[in-house]
Amino acid sequence: MLKIRDLNVHYGGIHALRGVDIDVEEGQIVSIIGSNGAGKSTLLNAISAVVKTSGGTIEFKGKPIPKSVNKIVGLGISQVPEGRLVFANLSVKDNLLMGAYLRRDKALIKRDLENVYRLFPRLYERIDQMAGTLSGGEQQMLAMGRGLMSDPDIILLDEPSLGLAPLLVKTIFEIIEDIKKMNKTILLVEQNAFKALSIADVGYVLEQGKIIKKGDAKELIADPVIQEAYLGKRKS
Amino acid sequence: MSWYYIEGILILSGINLVAVLGLSLLTGFTGLFSFGHAGFMAIGAYAAAFATMKLGMNFYVALLFGGLMAGIIGYVLGKLTLNLKGDYFIIATLGFGEAMRLILDNIQYFGGARGWPGIANYTNLTNVVIINVIGIIILVNIINSKHGRNMKAIREEEMASNIIGIDVFKYKLKSLMISAVYAGISGGLLAHYIGFLQPKMFQLIKSTELTIIVIFGGLGSVTGSVVGAIVLTALPEVLRNVKEWRLVLYGATVVFIMITRPQGLMGGKEFRVIHIIKRIVSKLKAPLNKEVS
Repeated sequence: MLKIRDLNVHYGGIHALRGVDIDVEEGQIVSIIGSNGAGKSTLLNAISAVVKTSGGTIEFKGKPIPKSVNKIVGLGISQVPEGRLVFANLSVKDNLLMGAYLRRDKALIKRDLENVYRLFPRLYERIDQMAGTLSGGEQQMLAMGRGLMSDPDIILLDEPSLGLAPLLVKTIFEIIEDIKKMNKTILLVEQNAFKALSIADVGYVLEQGKIIKKGDAKELIADPVIQEAYLGKRKS
Repeated sequence: MSWYYIEGILILSGINLVAVLGLSLLTGFTGLFSFGHAGFMAIGAYAAAFATMKLGMNFYVALLFGGLMAGIIGYVLGKLTLNLKGDYFIIATLGFGEAMRLILDNIQYFGGARGWPGIANYTNLTNVVIINVIGIIILVNIINSKHGRNMKAIREEEMASNIIGIDVFKYKLKSLMISAVYAGISGGLLAHYIGFLQPKMFQLIKSTELTIIVIFGGLGSVTGSVVGAIVLTALPEVLRNVKEWRLVLYGATVVFIMITRPQGLMGGKEFRVIHIIKRIVSKLKAPLNKEVS
């Protein structure tokens, strides 16, 4: 579904992504793990055209993606950006409706709105509340809900567990699995490597802009090198 | 104080208001600051004066011509600079405003730095008020339309607006163009009120004055802009009695308002007569409800 070949991104003199290859098949959860500054967010931003690439190709459903950010969502790619970026002065409901900005079919929008409320009952309780007054976890849910409102084929999640309490992190990851059941493909970028790999089908390890390992997520969890570097287990 | 004097202040407030309305769309509703709108006023002023004095056009057509010229230049400027982020865009507009003034300083056809005297006085209180009413109606319609909502979304969260599919660049460009047209029309009115044009009238201080009025009135409030334009244009005249302390008090007033009401006079809210009546009615009803319960 999503095919990335030899992707390079430069920020001025900094070579942020160095020849990255990634494949995402329909219906999968693909997790990309890596430490701070490994280039995880850059990768998602390159897919959604927020940053300019300096080489390589990104193909979605066999076609190269367009260069302007606002055209991406229409193709069925929806990004949930790092740091949520909800519209603080709009109500929860209006934020969700903004997610359906490009869609015209009111009945389908209503159906998806109900789906989002079913997925996030907390949002339904706060339907008329200003988004800026929500807690961090609720804002993350709102950003994910907004991402779903464009009825995407693939949803790009950028650090959904960032700054959340452990219990909420658990909830968020359960919801990601629920989203998969709604026939969505998910590309997840996470620092919480264990959680991200345990729900994923395929995992990639990104280090200093390079993919150093890829494979079945279960195998990656069992890999001693990965365990030591990312999962916090000691050498025995 | 004679009526003639008060009328003069009102006309100048009205002329400022036209430019402020446009700037309010750009700064208050789209979140882009500009320190170059005097440049658009200058384009509108010279273009309109050229149209009436050299081409013999009708005054109102000339005003539109001035606005259109400013809009075209706004389009070109926007195409070139709107990709710049935040502060860099402000610097670019600042450079544009000063460049415009220096270019006009050197066009001898329009009198250069010496100025251009003898422009016919077509502007009067009636047509300034009518143009302002039309300007406000158009502006309010833009703000409440899909375009206005997109601009407000960009002001709130530019990145989020982009990823949900709003063409951020296009709407920023629209906002800049519309504000340039307003500034151009304002310049045309000014030219035909003063009867004399000089590039010095459109210095950086004029741009900052317009931006101060928008912030003073409250970002994101049309009525705030109206109140701000009238108060801040009239204030130096009211303070004329205190002579050299005049501008000190003007500055102090602006600082005072910014400290006590950082959100501006209206603070993003609109002044609506219906709301006030509703509030009074609900207050009158409130004690009755208590008695019932």
